[in-house]
Amino acid sequence: MMAPLFSSKLLIVLLFGTLFGLILGVLPGLGPTTGGALILPFTMTLDPLSAIVLLTSIYCAGTYGGAITAVLINTPGTPAAAATCLDGYPLAQKGEAGRALGMATVSSTVGGIFSVIVLVFFAPVLAKLAYEFGQPEYFALAIFGLTMLASIGEGSPIKNLIAGAFGILISTIGKDFMTSIDRFTYGINELSVGIGFIPVVVGLFAISEMLTQSTLLDQVFKRVALKAVKLPSLDDYKKTWKTILRSSGIGSFIGVLPAEGGTVASLIGYSEAKRFSKEPEEFGKGSIEGIAGAEAANNAATGGAMVPTLALGIPGSATTAVILTGLIIHGVRPGPDLFREQPDFLYGIFGAMLIANILFFIFGFFGAKLFARITLVPNKILWPMIFAVSVCGTYSLSQSIIDVWIMLFFGVLGFFMRRFGFSVVPVIIGLILGELVEGTLRQSLVIFDGNWLMFLTRPIALTFFILSFIALAFPLLRSKKQKN
Amino acid sequence: MNNVQNKKRANKSLPFFFKDEFKVFFVIIFFSTILLISTFTFDKVPPILNRGIQPATFPKGLLVLIMFLTTIIYYLSFKNPWKKEKKLPKPFFLTILSFILFVLISKTLDFFLAISVLSIFVSYNWGEKRVFYLLLVGIIFPLVVFIFFEMILGLRFPPGIITNLYYY
Repeated sequence: MMAPLFSSKLLIVLLFGTLFGLILGVLPGLGPTTGGALILPFTMTLDPLSAIVLLTSIYCAGTYGGAITAVLINTPGTPAAAATCLDGYPLAQKGEAGRALGMATVSSTVGGIFSVIVLVFFAPVLAKLAYEFGQPEYFALAIFGLTMLASIGEGSPIKNLIAGAFGILISTIGKDFMTSIDRFTYGINELSVGIGFIPVVVGLFAISEMLTQSTLLDQVFKRVALKAVKLPSLDDYKKTWKTILRSSGIGSFIGVLPAEGGTVASLIGYSEAKRFSKEPEEFGKGSIEGIAGAEAANNAATGGAMVPTLALGIPGSATTAVILTGLIIHGVRPGPDLFREQPDFLYGIFGAMLIANILFFIFGFFGAKLFARITLVPNKILWPMIFAVSVCGTYSLSQSIIDVWIMLFFGVLGFFMRRFGFSVVPVIIGLILGELVEGTLRQSLVIFDGNWLMFLTRPIALTFFILSFIALAFPLLRSKKQKN
Repeated sequence: MNNVQNKKRANKSLPFFFKDEFKVFFVIIFFSTILLISTFTFDKVPPILNRGIQPATFPKGLLVLIMFLTTIIYYLSFKNPWKKEKKLPKPFFLTILSFILFVLISKTLDFFLAISVLSIFVSYNWGEKRVFYLLLVGIIFPLVVFIFFEMILGLRFPPGIITNLYYY
């Protein structure tokens, strides 16, 4: 499994990716999704394995990095670390920042490694199952992935569905891939090739965040001093080992579900830790179990989210949508054939994720204090720099200035979407799945001679449709229950 | 909790066309309608080439779905009004202005110059008054990024008054 990684070049890529991921995770507003999108153009100079190793190591380390700022300044570096704030910061205020970060580091590492094991065993099984899939099954699966958007953590279910449909709509811009007929191009030549993924991602994440930061300039962070990260004591381990294992399982499972990711995993991991705890009253006041529950779950979602990404080509989260784009750009087609034809490539990725989890443990343990200092870089210096990288990175892929303007447009749009409670993640997932949804629908209708009801005669497709119905009904039932 | 209720009440007292719910509903429905109308101008393929459905059918379906879901959220907002958002501060509008400047300068003068102007403009308006840091974000850092992309990635930036000095 590790053999392809024993080259100095790949190890350097892995080290760089982990360090870069940690820095991105620490900086509020950035994160592995934005960072992955920003670095994607740079990966063009790398071979496919190095490129994906770089992106996955950023994903693993970035997800953990969010915990550092969550504990020290009560601001999650990434949305997935939001639940960590609930107990991490109160514990840090009690003068135990080192203990809080130690538990976050250990539980993140255990969760991450657990999920890589799930990935190694579960992804090939899912890929084998996918051999049974025809066009109707893939269509039903993609619909299931999209309906799962209704239950992602941020935003209301209906707003998430609107955003997802909007993402698919963007994917229809350009020449129709089956008939070459122009759609929504309005005579603009540059639009006939469609709208690229990178301008949209960088716009929706980096530029919209820059605009958000422009509204928060008077915000002052209350920083808690950190002497050193401490390994958890034996008592802490005794108290949390069950929570860590439970959250690792929850995180991996949630990660496997299409479109779900670390944010949902950490919230469920946290609430389950509270439900099973002997001291639930301590939650929110600095419970070590709360930190373990949230952190193990969000890092466990990384490996889980890679399962549908690699086995089916359906992104498990926003960051894996970026990784999926990286795979496609480098000519690697995810899906069952990848497991049969390029096992070395896949085991290289699995090994890289495993090592990245160990590396961020080391870096986090010895360097958390240093990484925390990165947040001292003022926004008035940091964001213009991020803008320069965003612009050059977006321009570089197609060498088109139109792409840069598209990026700015989506930046402004993303800002207003977030302002009015629409999550931008569904747009990305919709954009990625758009071609699959439309292509498989149209090909299925050719197979079925235009008879839509024939979808219901395919057992796997029918199962996915039932799951889609449940995914849509679940948030409604949940909100009704909460009201009652 | 009280604050949220107050904000909700404040939003409730406004005429309907000033409320965020209506503005969002109107913007989505307006643009969706325009796009929906434009789908009727898409070329049609003859039945022999038609793979299942016409190229316009799928986008039409999506737009109708978006309009339907938007109507639902607007309807639901009568029961649960959205909380009123804070007014946007001056730096936000200056940042938007810097984007417009960026587009104008990159189109007419120079891509690199546009990045420099935006960086200095944003940094200054966000509160940075020290000349060294303004030069750092406006000239030194963009130059490093420019050279990195040019040399490592072999990228050729669009011609302009400053970029041409480098290339020729």
